[in-house]
Amino acid sequence: MTFELFVFYVFSAILVFAAAMVITRRNPVHSTLFLVLAFFTSAAIWLLAEAEFLAIVLVLVYVGAVMVLFLFVVMMLDIDIATLRAGFVRNLPLAILIALAMAVEIFLVIGSGGFGGERYAEVMAHTAEYDNTAALGSVLYTEYMYPFEIAAVILLVAIIAAIGLTMRRRPETKYQDPSRQVRVKKGADRISVLKMDVED
Amino acid sequence: MLALTDFLMLGAILFSLSVAGIFLNRKNVIILLMCIELMLLAVNINFVAFSHFHGDTVGQVFVFFILTVAAAEAAIGLAILVVLFRNRRTINVEDLDTLKG
Amino acid sequence: MENIYLIIVLAPLLGAIVAGFWGAKIGRAGAHWVTSGGVGLSALLSIYILSGFINGSREVFNGTVYTWMVSDGLRMEVGFLIDQLTAVMMTVVTFVSFCVHVYTIGYMAHDEENWPNDSLAGRNSYQRFFSYISLFTFSMLMLVMSNNFLQLFFGWEAVGLVSYLLIGFWSVRPTAIFANLKAFLVNRVGDFGFLLGIAAVALYTGSLDYAEVFAAIPGLADTQIQFLGSTSWSLISVVGILLFIGAMGKSAQVPLHVWLPDSMEGPTPISALIHAATMVTAGIFMVARMSPIYEFSETALSFVLVIGATTAFFTGLIGIVQNDIKRVVAYSTLSQLGYMMVALGVSAYAAGIFHLMTHAFFKALLFLAAGSVIIGMHHDQDIRNMGGVRKYMPWTYWTSLIGSLALIGFPGFSGFFSKDAIIEAVHHSTIAGSGYAYAAVLLGVFITALYSFRMFFLVFHGEGPRDDHARHHLKESPKVVTIPLVMLAIPSVGIGYLTMDGMLFGDWFKSVLFVLPQHDTLAELGKGLHGPNSMIAHGFAGPALYLALAGLLVAWFIYTKRPEIAETIKSRLEVVYRALDKKYWFDETYQFLFAGGSRGLGKALWDKGDRLIIDGVIINGSARAVGRIAGWVRHVQTGYLFHYAIAMILGLLLLLTWFVIA
Repeated sequence: MTFELFVFYVFSAILVFAAAMVITRRNPVHSTLFLVLAFFTSAAIWLLAEAEFLAIVLVLVYVGAVMVLFLFVVMMLDIDIATLRAGFVRNLPLAILIALAMAVEIFLVIGSGGFGGERYAEVMAHTAEYDNTAALGSVLYTEYMYPFEIAAVILLVAIIAAIGLTMRRRPETKYQDPSRQVRVKKGADRISVLKMDVED
Repeated sequence: MLALTDFLMLGAILFSLSVAGIFLNRKNVIILLMCIELMLLAVNINFVAFSHFHGDTVGQVFVFFILTVAAAEAAIGLAILVVLFRNRRTINVEDLDTLKG
Repeated sequence: MENIYLIIVLAPLLGAIVAGFWGAKIGRAGAHWVTSGGVGLSALLSIYILSGFINGSREVFNGTVYTWMVSDGLRMEVGFLIDQLTAVMMTVVTFVSFCVHVYTIGYMAHDEENWPNDSLAGRNSYQRFFSYISLFTFSMLMLVMSNNFLQLFFGWEAVGLVSYLLIGFWSVRPTAIFANLKAFLVNRVGDFGFLLGIAAVALYTGSLDYAEVFAAIPGLADTQIQFLGSTSWSLISVVGILLFIGAMGKSAQVPLHVWLPDSMEGPTPISALIHAATMVTAGIFMVARMSPIYEFSETALSFVLVIGATTAFFTGLIGIVQNDIKRVVAYSTLSQLGYMMVALGVSAYAAGIFHLMTHAFFKALLFLAAGSVIIGMHHDQDIRNMGGVRKYMPWTYWTSLIGSLALIGFPGFSGFFSKDAIIEAVHHSTIAGSGYAYAAVLLGVFITALYSFRMFFLVFHGEGPRDDHARHHLKESPKVVTIPLVMLAIPSVGIGYLTMDGMLFGDWFKSVLFVLPQHDTLAELGKGLHGPNSMIAHGFAGPALYLALAGLLVAWFIYTKRPEIAETIKSRLEVVYRALDKKYWFDETYQFLFAGGSRGLGKALWDKGDRLIIDGVIINGSARAVGRIAGWVRHVQTGYLFHYAIAMILGLLLLLTWFVIA
C-alpha cells in the first residue's frame, strides 16, 4: 500500500463518515457542519487527483459561501425538529435496502470488465511546469467561452431571483432615498412656511 | 497505486448514502437540499477522477460548471425555503401538498 | 348564321335577367314588356326558321358555339343542332310561351292578393314571375336546340329548377312548398337514371356529341355488358332504358307521375306552359331525338310502350273522379303524355312529336281557359261549385269547347289526326306489348272523352254557381286573357289538318328521326291514306272515333240530364272509386315507403349513429374515459415532494438494473 493510497483511504473514510452523519443527525446545524466536513475532505481527495484549482474552488465556494448560507438559513428558521424527524426509524430499512441495492449495482457496473476502467490504469505524468489552473483556464476561456458566459448569466439570474424572492417591503422601515436627497433644492424643499391662526 | 475504480467506488458510496438520506429525511427540506449537494459532490468526484485518469481537462471544466449551477441552485432553493417558511411557518414537506391531484 | 340561333336563345335570358334583377326598378309594365318582348322576338325568329325549313331554303345546322372544356378527349361544349325536329319544338315552345306571357299579364294582375301583407317574397312577385317564365323559355330552348348530351342535361335540369321555383311560387302556401319539393325529389329519381344513361353513352362512345354518338351506335348494337351482378344485358337496351327513366321523371310517366298533379299548386300560366305544353314533353322530345339509339333495342322500345300505355289508360281513369278543375286537366295531360310515349314505343316517333305539337296547343288552351274560369270564380277551383259559366264567359266557353274537342280527337280537329295516327300505329305494330298498348289507348279514348266533357258540362252548363257572391262577380276575363285563348284555339283546330301529311307521312322528319324498316309502323299506316281528308274518312271506319263519341254522349247524359247516375255508380263501385280517388295509393305508398323510410333511416342514423355512437361513445365517451382515467391517475399526484423524489430514485434504480442485466 502506497502512501498515496493510504491517504486516499483515510480521507475516504472521513468523507463516508461525514456523509453518514449528514443524513442521520437530529439537529440540522450538525448536519450542515458535517456537510462542511464532507466537502473539505473531498477537496483533499481532489488534490490527490491533481485537480488543485477545483479543490480550492470547492473550499472557497462551497465551504465559504454555500455552506454558510445553509447555516444561516438553518439557524434563522424556527424549525420543529421533532415533527421533521418523525418516521425516521420507520424509513430506515427501506432506505438501507435501496441504498445497498444501488451501491451493489454501481459496483457491478464498475467492477465488470465491460466498463473498461483498466484502460486508464496508467496515469499520465505531468511535467514540473504543468499548471492545473492555467490548463483549465486556457480551455475555459477558449473552447468553452460561450458555456462559461452562460454560466455567468445563470449565476446573475440566480442572484436576482434569490433577492427577488426574499425581498419584502416593510412599511415601518425607515430608509434614506439618496436620489431625492441629491435632487433637493434650496428654499422651498428645505423649509416650508406654515400659515397658522394666531392663538390666544 | 491509486486506481480509477477507487474513486468511482467512493462516488458510488457517497451517492448511495445521499439516496438513503433522501429516504430518511423525507420531511426536512433543508436536509433534502443537503443530500442533493452530496449527490452532486459524488458526481463531481467521478468527473475529477475520470479527468485525472484520462488526462483530459474537459472533465474538470464540467465540474466547474456543475459547481456553478449547484451554487445557483442552492441559493435559489434556500431563497424559496425562506419565503416558504415566512408564509407557511413550516418547512415540513408533508404540509406542502398544494399540488395534490 | 348561328347569330340568329343565339338571339333566339339569349333574348328570353336577357329578359329574365333584367326582370329578375331590376324588377323593382323597371316596374310591372317594364317587366312584362321586356320579357314578352324577348320571347316574342324568339317566337318570330323561330317561325322564320321553321318557314325556312318548310320551303326548303334552310339547311340543317350543327355547330359548336363554345367549348367549355376538353377532358381526356371528351369535349364539353355548347352547340346547336337545328333541324326540322328542333324547328318544330322551338316554334311550339316560343309560341306557347309568348301566349302564356301575354296571358299572365291578365292572370297575375292582382297577384298581391295572394300574399300576406307583410310578406317579403310578395314584393315584386309579378316581375319575379315574368323573370321565371322567361328563364324557363331560355332553358327549354337550350334543351331542344342542343347538339350534345351535356347541354341537353343542362337544359333538362334548368327547366326542372324553374319548374321547382314556379310550382312553389306562392311560397307562403304550405301545399305549394310540399308540391315543389315533391316535384323536385321525384325528378331527381328520373335524373339519376338519365345521368347514368349519359355516362354510359360517354363511356362506350367516348363522345357527348349527338352526331358522333349516333354514328357509333350501330357498331355497338351487339355489345353486351355485365350489369347488376353477372347477368348480361344489351348495352343499347341499358342506355335506352336509363335515358327513358329520365324521361319518365320529366314527362311524368307511371310510376314517377305523382308530382305532376300536385304541381297544379303553381299559378295556372305555369301549368299551361310548363306542366302541359313544353317541359313535360321534354321526355318525348328526348326519346325522339335518341331514335337512333332506341331503334336498336326492341327491349327499350317495349319498355317505353308498356309504360306509356299504362300511363295513358290508368291516369286517365283518375281524371274522371277529380273535382279540381286544374287537376282534371293535369290528369288528362298525364294520359296524353302516355299516348306520346306509346307512339315512341312503336317507333312512330313522328306521330309522337306530332301529338306533342297538337297537344301543346290544345292543352295550353285548356289550361288557360281553366285559368280564365278560375279568375272569374275568384280562385275557386272546385268544379262542383261551378256551372252555367257559358252565359258569363262566352270566349272562354267557345275556346274551351274547341280545346276539349281537339283533346278527345273529334274529326277535323288537330287532336284527331295525332291521336288516330298513334292508335293506328300501335295497331300495326308487332313489338312486344303492342296488344296491351292497343287496348289501353283505345279504352283511353273513351275515358278521355268522358272526363273532358264531364268537366266541360259541369263547368259551363247547368245551373249557375250556387254561391250568389260568385255569380255576381262572374264576368268574362280581360283581353290579355282571351286573346291568347284565341291565338291557341286557331292552331288547336287547324294545325293537324295542315301539317299531318307532311309530318307523319312526308319526308319532313326523314333526315332527323331514324326508323328501322321493320319498325316503320307509320309507313305501313300511310300506305292506305292520301291526305287529311282520307284520314278523316278512315277514322270513321275505326273504333276510336265511336269510342270518343260514346264518351262524350255518356258525359252529356250523366252530367246534364241525370246527375244521380254518377252517385249511383259511385256507391256501387265503392272500391274502384276509392282506388281512383286515392290515385291508386301511389302517394301514400311513396310517402310511407320512401319519405317514411328515409325519415326512419335518418332518424335511426341520427339517434343510433350520431347521438349514441358518435356523440355518446366517440366524443363524450372519450372525454368521459379521459376524465375517469384521470380520476384514478390523479391520486398518483400526492403533491408530496418526497414521493416524486422516490419515484425518480426508483426509476434510476430500474435503469441501472436494466443496464447491469443487459
